[in-house]
Amino acid sequence: MDRVQWVSILASAALLLTVLELVRSRRLQEEYSLLWIFTSVVLLLLSCWRGLLDRMAFLVGIHYPPSALFLVGLAFFLIILLHFSVVLSELSERTKRIAQEVALLREEVRPRDGDQAERVESS
Amino acid sequence: MRILAIVPAYNESPTVAEVVRGLRSRGDVDVLVIDDGSTDETAEQARAAGARVVRLPVNLGIGAAVQTGYRFARWHRYDVAVQVDADGQHLPSELGRLLLPILEGRADVVVGSRFLGTGDYQPSVPRRMGIAVLSRVVSAVTGQRLYDTTSGFRAANRHAIDCLAEHYPRDYPEVEALVLLRRRRFRIVEIPCRFEERAEGRSSITAGRSLYYMVKVLLAIGIGVFRRVPKREVRGGG
Repeated sequence: MDRVQWVSILASAALLLTVLELVRSRRLQEEYSLLWIFTSVVLLLLSCWRGLLDRMAFLVGIHYPPSALFLVGLAFFLIILLHFSVVLSELSERTKRIAQEVALLREEVRPRDGDQAERVESS
Repeated sequence: MRILAIVPAYNESPTVAEVVRGLRSRGDVDVLVIDDGSTDETAEQARAAGARVVRLPVNLGIGAAVQTGYRFARWHRYDVAVQVDADGQHLPSELGRLLLPILEGRADVVVGSRFLGTGDYQPSVPRRMGIAVLSRVVSAVTGQRLYDTTSGFRAANRHAIDCLAEHYPRDYPEVEALVLLRRRRFRIVEIPCRFEERAEGRSSITAGRSLYYMVKVLLAIGIGVFRRVPKREVRGGG
């Protein structure tokens, strides 16, 4: 096994372990870890199994198989980034709605009678 | 003994009013409907039937909706909280049996099970198999043989309410909640219950999604094994 294969195996294993640890320590939610886990498993598999990588490289027309590994990694990361852009968009929409509800509720809760009444807004 | 029925609901306007009425007819249960951002008249229907309704401003999913109910229960110091589905699958008449182990002091959480014997209603074969797999995994991890880990028909006492209000899982919460409770040494008792049949077509879970959820749950449980539980969160510990 040449050096570049060792490096690939170690790197993808390190990625997998990092992601699992982040989930274990609750800094990464399971839902968002799935793509990362899948990616690192695929990369690990292709790093270990040289035959499969060579065949894939040949199918796509790449002469130097380790380049195929980079390509696969890049493709996955692209998908992950796109996925997170979508997730962010959704979270942004939800946050907007929650902020709007809070604003409307503040008006509802605001005391209407007398100057002695306290303001309910904390910020 | 103050009992709260937590009824999570997402677009269940056809059935929620009947569920609420059935629960209220018992006379000893306060009903709280958690409207998880429904786009139909679920909230109005529930209110008209006499329930208290909490409307989430955005759809958060079953886990967060149910947790909202537990937070309400904790805040208002209920002694027992019961989870009841808004689609009519859970029968208020079975509530008494569900509460018994808690009232007798031998359980912190009671799970109403479809698979312990009284079953006339059985879910479809693929679902049963999926549930069986999950149940075996949970049994192995928790050391307690459980048969219906996906049932949402369950009751919890004060201690369990405090824990669930704090820690409720998001994704496939019924299953993960059991693991979570066991790791903190809560006593879980499973009893056979009768369920009402619901046309499977109304379920929002397709085969593909089921598989996705299974993978997520198994992963969550697997990783969860490696987490440490702070001693003060263990029932009776700390």
